[in-house]
Amino acid sequence: MAVGRLVGPRTSKLMVQAMERRAWDIRGRVFQATLLLTLAISLFILGVLIVDVVVDAWGVLTGRPGGFLNGTMRSVSHDHKLGVHQALVGTFWIAVFVAVLAFPFGIGAAIWLEEYAPNNRFTRFIELNIRNLAGVPSVVYGLLGLFYFVNTLGNLTGGKSIASAGITLAILVLPIVIITAQEAIRAVPQGLKEGAYGVGATKWTMIRSQVLPYAAPGILTGTLLSMSRGIGEAAPILLVGAVTGRLGTDPAFLDFSAINAEAFMAMPVIIVEWVQNSGRDPGFAEAAAAAIVVLLVFVILMNAAAIFLRNHFEKKRG
Amino acid sequence: MTVTGRLTVESLTADPRQARKEQVIRYSLGVTALVSILISVLIIWSLFSEAWTFMVEVNWGSVWDIGWFPRRGIYDIKTLIVASFIVTGIAMIVATPLGLGAAIFLSEYARPGVRRTLKPILEILAGIPSVVLGFFALEWIAPNVVKTLFNGPAAGSLLASGIGVGVLIIPLVASISEDAMNAVPMSLREASSGLGARKMTTTVRVVIPAAISGLVASFILAVSRALGETMVVFLAGGASQTATYTDSALDGSLPMTAAMASLARGTDNVVGEGLTFQSLFFVGLVLFVMTFGLNIVANRFVQRVREQY
Repeated sequence: MAVGRLVGPRTSKLMVQAMERRAWDIRGRVFQATLLLTLAISLFILGVLIVDVVVDAWGVLTGRPGGFLNGTMRSVSHDHKLGVHQALVGTFWIAVFVAVLAFPFGIGAAIWLEEYAPNNRFTRFIELNIRNLAGVPSVVYGLLGLFYFVNTLGNLTGGKSIASAGITLAILVLPIVIITAQEAIRAVPQGLKEGAYGVGATKWTMIRSQVLPYAAPGILTGTLLSMSRGIGEAAPILLVGAVTGRLGTDPAFLDFSAINAEAFMAMPVIIVEWVQNSGRDPGFAEAAAAAIVVLLVFVILMNAAAIFLRNHFEKKRG
Repeated sequence: MTVTGRLTVESLTADPRQARKEQVIRYSLGVTALVSILISVLIIWSLFSEAWTFMVEVNWGSVWDIGWFPRRGIYDIKTLIVASFIVTGIAMIVATPLGLGAAIFLSEYARPGVRRTLKPILEILAGIPSVVLGFFALEWIAPNVVKTLFNGPAAGSLLASGIGVGVLIIPLVASISEDAMNAVPMSLREASSGLGARKMTTTVRVVIPAAISGLVASFILAVSRALGETMVVFLAGGASQTATYTDSALDGSLPMTAAMASLARGTDNVVGEGLTFQSLFFVGLVLFVMTFGLNIVANRFVQRVREQY
C-alpha cells in the first residue's frame, strides 16, 4: 500500500479504516430527506389541485361533453343548455389577436435588439424597460386596456369588446415574446452568421436564411408559452369588461362582426363568473370545474409542447 | 449580378434597390422595438392622469378611514395595503421553504434522469392560470386547510387566498432558484468535496452562498408576483365590493388587486358615481409603484449573478 511507505504502519491502518468506514452522515441524510419532502409536498399539492378539479368536473364532462362545449351561459346551473361556447369563441379571438399583434412585433423587436441595435445607453434602456414590463402585474394592463381601448378609442374598438380585450392581452404577452425570442436569437452560433456574410449575403439575407431558421424552435417555444399565458389571464379582461350575467348572443367561431361587438366572454372569465355564482347555486361549482378542465387542456398542452420542444433542441445541439 | 471577365468596382457595389430594402427592414424592426417604450409611456400616463384627478378631488380624510367602501366615498387605502401584505406574507411563508427546498433538491441531489423529468413538470405547473388556483383556494384549501387546521371560515379568507397564492408561486421560486444554483460552477463544488466537505456542507456553505444573488432575486420577484396576483385573492379573499379594515388573516378582506377587480365587476360600467372610476387607477398606481420598485431591485441582483460567472 502506497500510504504505508510514507507514514508508519499504525497511522496507515487508521487512515485505511477511516476511508473504508461507512459512516452514517445523519445530518446530511435528514437534510436530504427534508429537501425531498419539500419537493414531494409541492408536487403533491399541485397533484391534489388537478385531481380536485377533475373530480368536480367529472359529472358534467362525462354526462354531456358535447352539450357543455356547445352550450351557452345560463342563469341556473341545472339548465341542460349551460356551456362554454361563447367563452370558447372569445378565447379563440383573443388567441388570434395575440398571434397577429404580439408575435410579429415581439419577434421584430427581438431581431432588432440582437442583430441591429447599437451597444449604447438607449438600447440598454429599451432592454431594461422590457424586463420591467414583464414584471408589471396583469391587472395594471387591464387598466391600460380600460383607459385607452375601452374609453379613448371606444369608437374604433367597440368599447368593451373582444378587440379591446385581444389588444390588451397582446400587449401583456409582448415582453415575454421579446425576451424568449431574444434568447433564441442570441444562441445562434457566430460561425453561421459569418459564413453567410462570407458568401456575400446582406444583413437581412443573413438573418432570414441563417438566424431565423436556427432560432425558430426557440422562438416557437416562446410564442407557445406566451399564448398559453394570454388565454389563461382573467384579470385584464375582467377590467376591460367581459360581460357578466347572461350574454344575449352566441356568435359562431368565424363571425367577424363579433370582434367589436359590445359583449364578449372568455374562458377564464366564465370560470370567475361561475365560481361566484356557486355561492347561491352550488351546481355552478361543477360547471366552473368543467370549464377549468377545458381551459387546462389547452394551456397545459401548449406549455408541455413548448417545454419539450425546447429540451429536445437543447439536447440535439448539445 | 453575375461577374464575367474583369472584376470592377461596380460589380462589387450593392444593388441600390437591395440597399434600400435593407434600410426599410432596419427601420421597421427598430420601430417594433420602440413599441415597448410606447407601452410603458401609455401605462404610466393612464395611471397618473386618472390617479391625479383622484388625488386632487378626493377628501383625504376618506383615504385613511374605517374601510374600503368606494361607492360611499370611503377609500381607505390602508385596508387594501394591509390585506395585500397579509396575503403576500402568507404566500411567501408557504412558497419560500417549499420552492427553495425543491430547487436545492433538483439542483444538488436529484440524479440527472430525475431532474430531467421533474423540472419540466414544475415548469408546466408554473403555467397553470391563476383563476384555477382561485377556484382551488376557495373550494379545497378553505374547507380542508383553513377550517380544519386553523378553525377559520370554510368560505374565503385572507389565509385561504394567501395559501393559494403561495401554491401558485412555488414553481416560480423553484424555477428561478434552481437556475441560480445551476449557474454555480462545478469547480466550486469539486473543490469543496476535495477538501473533504460532505454533500450537505458543500450545499449549505458553498453553493447557496455562491448563488445568493439569484436566490434573493427569486424571492423578490415572488413577492412582486404575489402582490400583483389578482384572481386568487378576488375569488378566495372572502370579500366582495367592500371591506372593513382588518389585520386578521382569518377574516375576509380586499387586497389591492381584488379591490380593482371587484370595482370593475361591481357594475357593468365602471364609471360609477363620484370618484369610483378614478380610485381604480389610484390603487393601480400604488400597486404599480410597489411592484416596479421590487422588480428594479430584483433585476440588480440578477445582473450581479451574470457578472460573477
